[in-house]
Amino acid sequence: MKGIGKQFKEGILTQNPVFVQFLGMCSTLAVTISIQNALGMGLAATAVLICSNIVISLLRKVIPAKVRIASYIVIVAGFVTAIDLLMQAYFPDLSESLGVFIPLIVVNCIILARAEAYASKNAVFPSAVDGLTMGLGFTCALLVMSAVRELLGAGTLAGVQVMPDGYQPAMLLILPAGGFLTLGFLVAIFQKIIRKGE
Amino acid sequence: MSGTELFSLALGAILINNFIFSRFLGICPFLGVSKKVETAVGMGMAVIFVMTVASAATYLINEYVLAPLSLEYMQTVAFILVIASLVQFVEMVLMKMMPSLYQALGIYLPLITTNCAVLGVALLNVQEGYNFIGSVLFGFTAAVGFTLAIILLASIRERLEFADEPECFKGFPIVLITSGLLAIAFMGFQGLSIF
Repeated sequence: MKGIGKQFKEGILTQNPVFVQFLGMCSTLAVTISIQNALGMGLAATAVLICSNIVISLLRKVIPAKVRIASYIVIVAGFVTAIDLLMQAYFPDLSESLGVFIPLIVVNCIILARAEAYASKNAVFPSAVDGLTMGLGFTCALLVMSAVRELLGAGTLAGVQVMPDGYQPAMLLILPAGGFLTLGFLVAIFQKIIRKGE
Repeated sequence: MSGTELFSLALGAILINNFIFSRFLGICPFLGVSKKVETAVGMGMAVIFVMTVASAATYLINEYVLAPLSLEYMQTVAFILVIASLVQFVEMVLMKMMPSLYQALGIYLPLITTNCAVLGVALLNVQEGYNFIGSVLFGFTAAVGFTLAIILLASIRERLEFADEPECFKGFPIVLITSGLLAIAFMGFQGLSIF
């Protein structure tokens, strides 16, 4: 079970898909204007990642190397469609506010990168764990970023007012430009901490 | 769609709702392939071509195959397949007909399949209900906006090479901050939406 602990540490910290590998930038920047959105996006991507990793790992000996990317995309697209329909049925508000970014999980580089780098070379169980840890790393990154943006940009956390009444929200942070700036500063802080740890 | 509508659609896609700076589509290649102006131009041209053709192809598929069979929920799967095969097809045609351009674009062509701007434009076309001309124009102008953004960033990054930034900002963070500043500049275009 030591291996699983290591995988968790890698997924969430040392190989964090957003802060270290810089994958899945589009959805990271777009959905992190509120904590609900970030959580919804993170969990949807995690679900797709686990399912696609399991199936790709099961099929890794069957898929010919030449058409592997196309086959991965089809597998992922199938799961994304399922998640998209489920979210439309059970969480219509969330689905509405995430909009086009749910179907766009298909082209989220994290999922293809893990399929190519991990699931296509490893057995089913470790691949499922890898999907879970990478997905959680993605979710954590989204949560941190959305917490900063929502707190400073709107003065709320998950919709609840936390800043004192006199606080003037820094609107810039929930605008698109704020996404780039917040992520830039967070990555810089992350790099500083990692360096110190070495 | 009338001329004015098409004009405002085009202006909106290039400047006001720029794919990179306000819709966050296509960020991966935007950050990944913007080290040099030369490669940025190559990537931009490839994206313009693929996005224009993909808009047309996905519009036709949606209108004449998916809609009559009421299979709209299969859009994501159908579109990504169309885009993947289109990119493959473009790659083969270029290799045969224009080997020099093929050499120049190199690895960027296959990368376009996973550029979310391409799938994004196809999905947005359906969502907004554009007709055929509108879809093609939206695809083309959105890609022009992408190219504009990536060339701007690449020219700044070439100069940043010599800048003396703090250690922890080296590499990715400074690029993100630069894009943030560019995005603020692009916010100035918001006032243009007068149509």
